[in-house]
Amino acid sequence: MTIRKMLLASAAIACAAMPASAFAETSAKKIALSNNYAGNSWRQAMLTSWEKVTGEAVKTGVVASADAFTTAENQATEQAAQIQNMILQGYDAIVLNAASPTALNGAVKEACDAGITVVSFDGIVTEPCAWRIAVDFKEMGRSQVEYLSNKLPDGGNLLEIRGLAGVFVDDEISAGIHEGVKQFPQFKIVGSVHGDWAQDVAQKAVAGILPSLPDIAGVVTQGGDGYGAAQAIAATDRKMPIIVMGNREDELKWWKEQKDANGYETMSVSIAPGVSTLAFWVAQQILDGKEVKKDLVVPFLRIDQDNLEANLAKTQAGGVANVEYTQEDAIKVIESAK
Amino acid sequence: MTFRLSSDAIRLVIPALSLSLLLAAVFWLQPRAMSYIGLNLLFNLAVPIALATIAQMLVMAVNDLDLSMGAFVSFVACVTATFLRDAPVIGILILAGAVAAYAAIGVVIHLRDLPSIVVTLGMSFVWGGLAVLLLPAPGGRAPDWVRWLMTVKPPLAPMAIVASIIIAVIAHFIVKRSSLGVLIRGVGGNQRSVERAGWSIVAARATAYALAGLFAVLAGIALVGLTTSADANIALRYTLLSIAGVILGGGEFIGGRVSPIGAVIGALTLTLAGSFLSFLRISPDWQIGAQGAILIIVLALRLMLNRLEKREKRR
Repeated sequence: MTIRKMLLASAAIACAAMPASAFAETSAKKIALSNNYAGNSWRQAMLTSWEKVTGEAVKTGVVASADAFTTAENQATEQAAQIQNMILQGYDAIVLNAASPTALNGAVKEACDAGITVVSFDGIVTEPCAWRIAVDFKEMGRSQVEYLSNKLPDGGNLLEIRGLAGVFVDDEISAGIHEGVKQFPQFKIVGSVHGDWAQDVAQKAVAGILPSLPDIAGVVTQGGDGYGAAQAIAATDRKMPIIVMGNREDELKWWKEQKDANGYETMSVSIAPGVSTLAFWVAQQILDGKEVKKDLVVPFLRIDQDNLEANLAKTQAGGVANVEYTQEDAIKVIESAK
Repeated sequence: MTFRLSSDAIRLVIPALSLSLLLAAVFWLQPRAMSYIGLNLLFNLAVPIALATIAQMLVMAVNDLDLSMGAFVSFVACVTATFLRDAPVIGILILAGAVAAYAAIGVVIHLRDLPSIVVTLGMSFVWGGLAVLLLPAPGGRAPDWVRWLMTVKPPLAPMAIVASIIIAVIAHFIVKRSSLGVLIRGVGGNQRSVERAGWSIVAARATAYALAGLFAVLAGIALVGLTTSADANIALRYTLLSIAGVILGGGEFIGGRVSPIGAVIGALTLTLAGSFLSFLRISPDWQIGAQGAILIIVLALRLMLNRLEKREKRR
């Protein structure tokens, strides 16, 4: 009889312990950031944000550690090896900005099988066992045309500056822009160039196509190319169209100068590099036992005429406008996805 | 001293030594790696690199250099993740055609007396273009049998170790123990005397290239088995990794001096060096430099040994 009683008692204890384990403390958990590339201002800002926010979280004991690792060569095979090393190092969660949406699936699966939580953001992975914090790039493109339709109710000709050919993000933003043009048929895209998300490339490309274009009312962009477009257009005798900016410091500075000089109006939209910190908090919430949907959407950072100065003041020279997310922001994003 | 090591064995000592040293360091840093699963995680991505290194070694055995290795392996990966899964017959035909293309490249390089670096660099754009045509966006899926093969859990030793040993043994027999291997190395060592002995250099070179193509095809298939899907840039690193692997393993750029076992060990060492550095928590800014430093140290050791060897001979 004693055995039976003991069994019952232990079952009861196990039941009582259950809810407690569902709200487990994460103070002993280790989180790693696997990053594939650090060679531009956006990625640098992303890593700085990670360091700042996770450093604070480690200090206050929310998690045990949050180390950042970047691969040297931006290659999927190298990052797969990096993830496998993290499995061996005993991390509880891996936050991942992936070099390829599919080529890391094998390594991600290995991590999941080892009981590790994998949260991908920005460069997301398709492996079903991982979480994805995706950016609605289509909406980012569409919202530009919507903004222009408010400013220019009569519509007009648009010049589209695209990103790096063959990259998923470029296709998505461009698809969104074309969707927007369909929605607001008063606009017409009369020219399209690849600016590779770089001011110098964009400037050359725009200068090259300008002579063949009719009057332009607006320039829709993908970020990192607005300042170059402005320089190219300023070199001609054309009237400055509304150029949608991409949150880069040089773009915001130029906008501010124009605003002070002649009341130039536009808006600026891009992804905040601090999205890495959102991914961090989401991983922390999952480790904490929260029920989180596998696909989350990150809000993008939009700067308008009235909050330009505030954002410009916060942005480092040569950097990108940024927000760092808090635990509450992450909870809000998780809630809204339910 | 009655017992003397052959010069081939001496060449193997340094790579084997550096691998064991690195492995000991990794085990010390991360005891968790000292297990069946740990070893597999450390080394499974080395399997396709080892295959690519053997392929590169075969090209280097005839005094050539293949700069299209990475692009070719990527192309094979794309074929594996698309055709080999959905239409195996067409997939096999494409891969066979690719091996034939490699043989043809060998023939062209020989007949027109072209520098292999230029031809293969050109071919790398062809393979890269074909890969992008097949998979414009990353995707595809590994055939089930490939996935099974790369995740199989053999008894005693993990897949990565078993596969490395099998690759090394097979390559060793082809290159060191068969008459074909002697011929290939002979072309690299002294082409004219091989020719005068009545052998066809064109055939030898074509065979070396075809074998290289075959091993590169296996590398691409193995890679997809690990990653489960492909993209057109998946293996671009393999060009330099495979060359470094051959050199690390005791091979040389000219003279037909190559070592298959050494090449596999070289590939494992390169993979392990990356893990070692990340376990050390060296900041990413320094990692490339540190990786280079490991390479230089191993090569310096070898140079020293070569000198010793020469001095011995002179005596």
